[in-house]
Amino acid sequence: MAFRDPLIEHLLRRAGFGATAAELERYQGLGFSGTIDELINFTGVADDVDSKIGTPGYVATTSTGPFSPSTVINDARQRWLFRMTHSRRPLQEKMALFWHNHFATAYSKVSGNTTAIDGVRMMAAKPSEHPGGIAGQLETFRELALGNFRDLLVAVAKDPAMVVWLDGNTNVKQKPQENFAREIMELFTMGVGFYTEPDVYAGARVFTGWNLERVGRTDDPNGYFRFNYVANNHETTAKEFSFPIYPDGSKTIPARAASAGMQDGLDLIDALVRHPETGKRIVRKLYAFFVSEIAVPNEQIVAWLSQIFQQSNYNIGAVVRALLFTREFSEPSNRFSRYSWPAEFVVRAMKEVGFAGFSVNNAISPLVNMGQQLFEPPDVSGWDLGKSWFSTGATLARMNFSAVLTQNQKFNISSSAKGKGPTPEALLSFYLDQLTPADFSRAAYDDLLAYLTAGVTWNGSDAQLATKAPGLVHVIVGSSEYQLV
Amino acid sequence: MSFTRRDFVRGGVAAFSVGFAAPKFLCDLALAQGAASRSLVVLYLSGGNDSLSMVVPYTDPFYMTRRPTIGLTAGQVLPIGKDSAGNSIGLHPRLTGLKGIFDQGRLALIQRTGYENSSRSHFQGTDIWSTANPVNSQGPGWLGRYLDTLPAPVDPLAAWNTTGQTPHTLLANTVGVPAIPSPAQYSFSSPNAGTPEALNERTYAAKISSHVPVNRPHLAFVNSTAQAAFNTLDSVASVASYVPSTGVTYANNGFALALKAVAGALVRGTGTKVFWVQTGGFDTHAGQGTQNGGYAGLMSTLNDGLTAFYTDLNNHGLLSQTLILQFSEFGRRISENGSAGTDHGAASVMMALGGPVRGGLYGTAPNLNPNGNNPTLENGNNDVRYETDFRAVYATVIDNWLGGDSTKILAGNFKNGPNII
Repeated sequence: MAFRDPLIEHLLRRAGFGATAAELERYQGLGFSGTIDELINFTGVADDVDSKIGTPGYVATTSTGPFSPSTVINDARQRWLFRMTHSRRPLQEKMALFWHNHFATAYSKVSGNTTAIDGVRMMAAKPSEHPGGIAGQLETFRELALGNFRDLLVAVAKDPAMVVWLDGNTNVKQKPQENFAREIMELFTMGVGFYTEPDVYAGARVFTGWNLERVGRTDDPNGYFRFNYVANNHETTAKEFSFPIYPDGSKTIPARAASAGMQDGLDLIDALVRHPETGKRIVRKLYAFFVSEIAVPNEQIVAWLSQIFQQSNYNIGAVVRALLFTREFSEPSNRFSRYSWPAEFVVRAMKEVGFAGFSVNNAISPLVNMGQQLFEPPDVSGWDLGKSWFSTGATLARMNFSAVLTQNQKFNISSSAKGKGPTPEALLSFYLDQLTPADFSRAAYDDLLAYLTAGVTWNGSDAQLATKAPGLVHVIVGSSEYQLV
Repeated sequence: MSFTRRDFVRGGVAAFSVGFAAPKFLCDLALAQGAASRSLVVLYLSGGNDSLSMVVPYTDPFYMTRRPTIGLTAGQVLPIGKDSAGNSIGLHPRLTGLKGIFDQGRLALIQRTGYENSSRSHFQGTDIWSTANPVNSQGPGWLGRYLDTLPAPVDPLAAWNTTGQTPHTLLANTVGVPAIPSPAQYSFSSPNAGTPEALNERTYAAKISSHVPVNRPHLAFVNSTAQAAFNTLDSVASVASYVPSTGVTYANNGFALALKAVAGALVRGTGTKVFWVQTGGFDTHAGQGTQNGGYAGLMSTLNDGLTAFYTDLNNHGLLSQTLILQFSEFGRRISENGSAGTDHGAASVMMALGGPVRGGLYGTAPNLNPNGNNPTLENGNNDVRYETDFRAVYATVIDNWLGGDSTKILAGNFKNGPNII
């Protein structure tokens, strides 16, 4: 490729997981705004990525039995990594990852309270793979990735994995269960400081009866759990809040017959979505995710984006689109101003270093060491982002994933390096283009050059390249400069 | 430590492994320094520990009426005597090893620890316990602030976090705390493993991260972490090979293996002053059970890990220089919920064990009477009210164990704490 457009590279790192040379070339053909349009309007692009699993030309998967991502958690993790690597709808996968962190649900508890197969189905099955035709949580995140936030919140409140995760299954009128009511206010919408403890207790009563039911016997492999509003478990008295529930300012959800009591929860969700702090909080999280987590967004841009959130009837796609077209997004000083999440780092490395003959299974335990096991966030507040990703152990784990990948790709790397290294400078320049790290300082650049000549007199021979090219790629992908996106 | 390529090739693989382990004389030196030093192991029970199931006021008449499904009977608990208010207290039946340590006078239980207006949020609660600041729980943690007071240059292993992410408690302004979830995996690999080129990669990777970039603080931050990793690789490698003392077996779970790594660091004499260990699953909204069930499993993990660790250190003669301090972000609701679990509450129990500890029962159990004006409870008599400010316990540890200045580190005088050390 003759010319690499740094703005499109930036866009694809943020709104996707980086790009192979071929992908970059295609998106460059669409231009910056054409690429954004395609990324946002992803329903216009075929969703055929899963059909490529196990075919040549793509990263491989590895399973002990038949590959079964709807019943085996390790396979579900591999399928998601495969999609991140190869989906032609990268923003959809990126937003699914965003929502997985926002509505953080862990497979271990979901499966522990049910069974391993039920747990995987609830986390990751496609409707077509589920005996009851129900979408697993990840499929809901994909479906509503850039959709209406209110629809997403309702879907999450009824999502079987979430109901198990936050104990909604046991929320009954005799003993209201506070877990979901607390987190929907604290983490999913407004945030700490905008609700009171009595709001949590009232919220718990609101969601009484939002339970699960088992279809089929426990030992029936085709049995499954689905959401079920149980009127008998619903507490029917009025619930009073400290913030407005209805557009007229009323703060009380009226007493209702148990049969109509599910409306309580929908009323509360509407109120939470409408609450001005919810839009601001979601907008700030999106800004940090797409634009910068170094520079704090100014109040004008938060207000402007919150307004788009409100006026678009809570359409996330409208907010993300506006964000990507802001001057701040394109601002060169905002490039590489976010600490990459481990999943982003791993997928980008595969796309930029190469994946022929590599299996995503080899990324699963490195991701654990980097602090991000998919479907296993540490708690309901999601992963600690930013600097928190970079403990020493996790930083070493990134360097060592770079070693695992470059060792696997050693042959491919040394083949593609042939003819690229008449001088150490030429070889370094070739890889800095291909790997797109943040700029190295002059001193660090000189160290990279010194590495190439360490222990050898440079002649650019195939034998030298066979050792030095993989070594250089290892060092660059393991460098601090590569950890930023 | 440096190699010429010739040395390396001549020594082959052996030189590689010997060179990367800390030389024996360095270990001995560190051990000699360590003998005079003291270590604090902070143990966090994440999720909000239901202390009423761990340290049980089993004769309180309201205990069983408020916990009909999950309450432990007098026949089930391990009685440890009465507190100063005359409440009979028993430990959870799975805490047999801790009962033995209590009987040896090396376990202190501080009942009803917490603070005014206790947060029921996991995240805010954890931040408050981490910063020791209920009003503004942002910024460095209380032990991070302690580390900041150590004279520079601070040893890269002055603190050791056994989990993957740095806990808020250890966040410091000037000291980076290494995260070492597994000493064995804390090493530097290479696509050219087993050849001299691997060492070149390590050398230059370390050099590249040694520069402090101008006006790029986020890059500088990752560089500083990478540097800390390179500076600690060799010492940690010496801990990876640690074999516990005869008769001690650590269970194969994250908590026990973390304690094994801590024991290894203490035995190998890394000079570490503060360790961080945690175990999770304490957010028991459902299915707590009694002597069996969810909470009993948590207690077994806790008991077995701590007992192995205590025995291991005792065998090595290192008990007198080790203090373990346990906390959790909050206690839980007194009355059980509809799913045989408990929701978020307020005050909880802190635990200190180790050689320097003056064992015993500190503070008083709550009176669980849900009716009327009950000063030991709060929130409509639904939650346990604190009696001892948790910062007073921190102050005792800072002043009497770490040799720091609690007034400065905690930004206030909390010196009235229980005399546990």
